[in-house]
Amino acid sequence: MALLEIRHLGIYFGGLRAVHDLNVTLQGGELLGLIGPNGAGKTTVFNMVSGFYRPSAGEILLEGRNIAGLSTHKIAALGIARTFQNIRLWNELTVFDNLGIAQHHSLGYGFWDAVLHNKSYRQNERRARKVTEELLELLGLHHCADEYPKNLPYGLQRRVEIGRALAVRPKVLLLDEPAAGMNPGDVEQLMELVRWIRQEFKLTIWLIEHQMRVVMGLCEYITVLDFGETIAEGTPDQVRQNPRVIQAYLGDEDVAHA
Amino acid sequence: MQRYSSVILYIAFCALIVMAAQAGWIDAYMQLVLMYVGINVILSSSLNLINGYMGEFSCGHAGFMAVGAYITSILNIWLFTSDQTLSGNVLSGSNAIYLFPVTLLIGGVGAALAGLLVAVPSFRTRGDYLAIITLAVNYIVKSSIENIQAIGGARGFMGMRKVVNAMTETVNLPWVLIWILAVAGLTIVVLKRFVNSTYGKGIVAIRDDEIAAEIMGVDSKRLKMIAFMLSSGLAGIAGGLFAHVLGYINPGTFTIMKSTEVMVMVYLGGMGSLSGSVLSAIGFTLILELLRPLQMFKWVVIPLLLILLMLFRPEGIMGHRELTDIFPKLRWFTLSKEKQI
Repeated sequence: MALLEIRHLGIYFGGLRAVHDLNVTLQGGELLGLIGPNGAGKTTVFNMVSGFYRPSAGEILLEGRNIAGLSTHKIAALGIARTFQNIRLWNELTVFDNLGIAQHHSLGYGFWDAVLHNKSYRQNERRARKVTEELLELLGLHHCADEYPKNLPYGLQRRVEIGRALAVRPKVLLLDEPAAGMNPGDVEQLMELVRWIRQEFKLTIWLIEHQMRVVMGLCEYITVLDFGETIAEGTPDQVRQNPRVIQAYLGDEDVAHA
Repeated sequence: MQRYSSVILYIAFCALIVMAAQAGWIDAYMQLVLMYVGINVILSSSLNLINGYMGEFSCGHAGFMAVGAYITSILNIWLFTSDQTLSGNVLSGSNAIYLFPVTLLIGGVGAALAGLLVAVPSFRTRGDYLAIITLAVNYIVKSSIENIQAIGGARGFMGMRKVVNAMTETVNLPWVLIWILAVAGLTIVVLKRFVNSTYGKGIVAIRDDEIAAEIMGVDSKRLKMIAFMLSSGLAGIAGGLFAHVLGYINPGTFTIMKSTEVMVMVYLGGMGSLSGSVLSAIGFTLILELLRPLQMFKWVVIPLLLILLMLFRPEGIMGHRELTDIFPKLRWFTLSKEKQI
């Protein structure tokens, strides 16, 4: 059984067909890319998979279970975590708490346990804190555990956001333009990080990216969207040479010459 | 031992106050002010959970207070007194001493259920719109009580003094004062534990970015429900105590004016700061009493103070910080940072 299988996924906003008949299968362990020109519907796909939008058509099967239309926090608990194009960390909470709260669904205690400070609370809270500390250590973020994310440099904020997504303990990690707004040095580090977390956490990663260097350098398989339609899929080399992709990105040759 | 030092200190402090009240070192007026301080501590810190930590704007706190006040008062009078229309005199007055906390709690539970009136709409709306809903709930509660003649309607409801007297006759102690001190202490412990747990910090994440919170697995509906019910439940208990301090309640006590008073305390102390709420509840109650000679002019002076505060220190006295952040040495009384579980 595939880890994540997307069948005939589509969504309409009023009369606008934002995504139509998308089919993607993740067997588990791959690093898949989703590319396309601006407004192609890439982030919309992620918004549907992470439960923020309810699809108008199709199914999203996570380990055989249809998660389309489930409430967002349940989808996270089932194993899908994501980052955002424009970083959405909780800026009024420390980096430590950002990673801690992302473990909310697996905390293992509730309101009464927290109020009574009983054994369940103490054990689970200690465990959650240990998980956070380990993650911070692994990502080299331990020195900014008590910082507020907004005070960190941009590259580090990206790293914290990836850390927060990892704290959810996902099976599938969705990265929405992780290299957006980064300088070349940071991009190099980020690619290193993505490769490394995939090994370390045995994760399946699906990423949206605009910078071709990142997509071509990281992904084994790429889906190309344009106006909500899948116009090509294949290995980076296949996609690069696909005339429809070139057309979508560079425009029609005839028009360009005119 | 160190872990509980703040609790022990608080109990010692309460014992001292009760002793002083018993021995007559502090007169009835001072006791009354102390009781108001305690009630205001409960009210402001519980409202801070919603307005400060969760970032919603609830302006109907007095409505929940009213629910608690009426439920507790009606229960007590029905159970323990004999000469009113409502009274059932089910139990002799001497039982009041044990059952007073139970009726308080029932009042709190009733108020918590009333809190659902705000909690459920909060799943779909927030900000200004939710603020209007809280205002509406405040009016619904007040008008409902005004129109139920069996509990006095607009004339109000009285007789709680008899219940208090029944308790003092059984064991001669200032029971209402004791319960106010106890509930105020418990309120702080419960709220502090909740907002310091990773579970409770979820409400701060909701304030900060609700969508991100949901996507990261925070069950925002559940947390909102807990926060609203806890906050309104505590307000209900405070209302029950308030009714027994006054001995008489009427719907006119629990209007938007009262809600505003609590809100002023929250914003004065600082949003998202429990110690701020406690300090401002104490300070505000004392200022109100000190300005009593000014009579109605105090309602000119106090809003003026508020304007100055908003101009020069909009985040309140403490503003998202606790006393332990400003005076780290105070941590000794709670826990050192490393052991904070």
